[in-house]
Amino acid sequence: MDRRLIVEHIPRLRRYARALVGDRYVADDLVQDTLERAWNKFYLWRPGSDLRAWLFTIMHNVFVNQARRRRYEIEQAMDELPAVAVRATQGEQLELQDVDRVLRSLPTEQREVVLLVAVEQLTYEQVSRALDIPIGTVMSRLSRARERMRQLLGGQAVTPLKVVK
Amino acid sequence: MKPLDEADVHGYVDGGLSESAKAELDVWLRAHSEDAERVRAYAEQNALLRSLYNPVLDEPVPAALLAVRPPAWRRYAAAAAVFALGVALGWFTRGEFVAPTVAQVSIARLAATAHVVYAPEVRHPVEVTAKEEDHLVAWLSKRLGTTLRAPKLAPLGYELVGGRLLSGPQGPVAQFMYQDARGQRLTLYVSRQRGEPRDTAFRFSQEDRVSVFYWVDGNFGYALSGEMKRDQLLQVAEIVYKQLNP
Repeated sequence: MDRRLIVEHIPRLRRYARALVGDRYVADDLVQDTLERAWNKFYLWRPGSDLRAWLFTIMHNVFVNQARRRRYEIEQAMDELPAVAVRATQGEQLELQDVDRVLRSLPTEQREVVLLVAVEQLTYEQVSRALDIPIGTVMSRLSRARERMRQLLGGQAVTPLKVVK
Repeated sequence: MKPLDEADVHGYVDGGLSESAKAELDVWLRAHSEDAERVRAYAEQNALLRSLYNPVLDEPVPAALLAVRPPAWRRYAAAAAVFALGVALGWFTRGEFVAPTVAQVSIARLAATAHVVYAPEVRHPVEVTAKEEDHLVAWLSKRLGTTLRAPKLAPLGYELVGGRLLSGPQGPVAQFMYQDARGQRLTLYVSRQRGEPRDTAFRFSQEDRVSVFYWVDGNFGYALSGEMKRDQLLQVAEIVYKQLNP
């Protein structure tokens, strides 16, 4: 097996991890755990299949297991909080800091989907496989995440939209 | 006009729609400003998230992440750790089990184990960094009961990262860590040796991927470990030896 295959994906794994957990060191620890696991399970990867999606799957599993252990209760609790707009005024340019804050306020499962779609630019199909959830769930999480971000970033509150499909 | 498919709104934003579906949705959006506003907001979210996190791609990858190795390496590390535990528990040091070479073999193994444990560390590779080199050397010297020196390897491209105190079968052990510009790390392991003071020749041991040069000088054993070819490590080991034995 060729180390370079995995090594060339490290920058993108770092980008996703950073966006997912926020803290640089915690993120790099997540990448390290992911790489170690990937090497241990490399025999399970089918040559020719999408290595990047496979690595995201591993990172997702490592992350979920860690999160379960640490019990990110705060994050879950945030989901219950009423949406508070970050900015009262519209029309102003959004600050990146606000975007980051709003991203952190999303439930983990929604944050994962929105980051894989928006930042990593995976297709919905790839996200579905990476997170091992049906595509309908990908779409509903994406929809909820985006709508919540829109509200928190100063948009108008709208009634939740039903996903057709 | 057929009703709006929410999935199409996202497909539109993320560029996953066919030209015809896109054209169809354009018609809808011209007639429905609220949906058009959503599409605009979602696209803006994409752009903002990318500008927030794309800079991570340009950061240098930490050496420890590049150092993550295929499984054979990890199996070795686990085996070596078990061996080290055995040594720590004294299984190998009770009289009847001691083979004459154990003490020498073990410093290479122990050093390699300590190397594989700490060299890949991202956050805490050392306890005291090279910024406090004087303090580091004084502290480790005091704990080992001798005057230690951290060799200067900058001419070979290796800068001191720092060091830490470890525990070994004979008590305290000093570990100094060095790193080159590519993040390649070397560790120098210094421990007190059992028995009468003696000197040994330079010895080499290949501990899986870790090459180790080790020698005993008086009451102390030294082992230089690095994940590199023997010849490459030998160059460094010779300099280390010369500096420690001027």
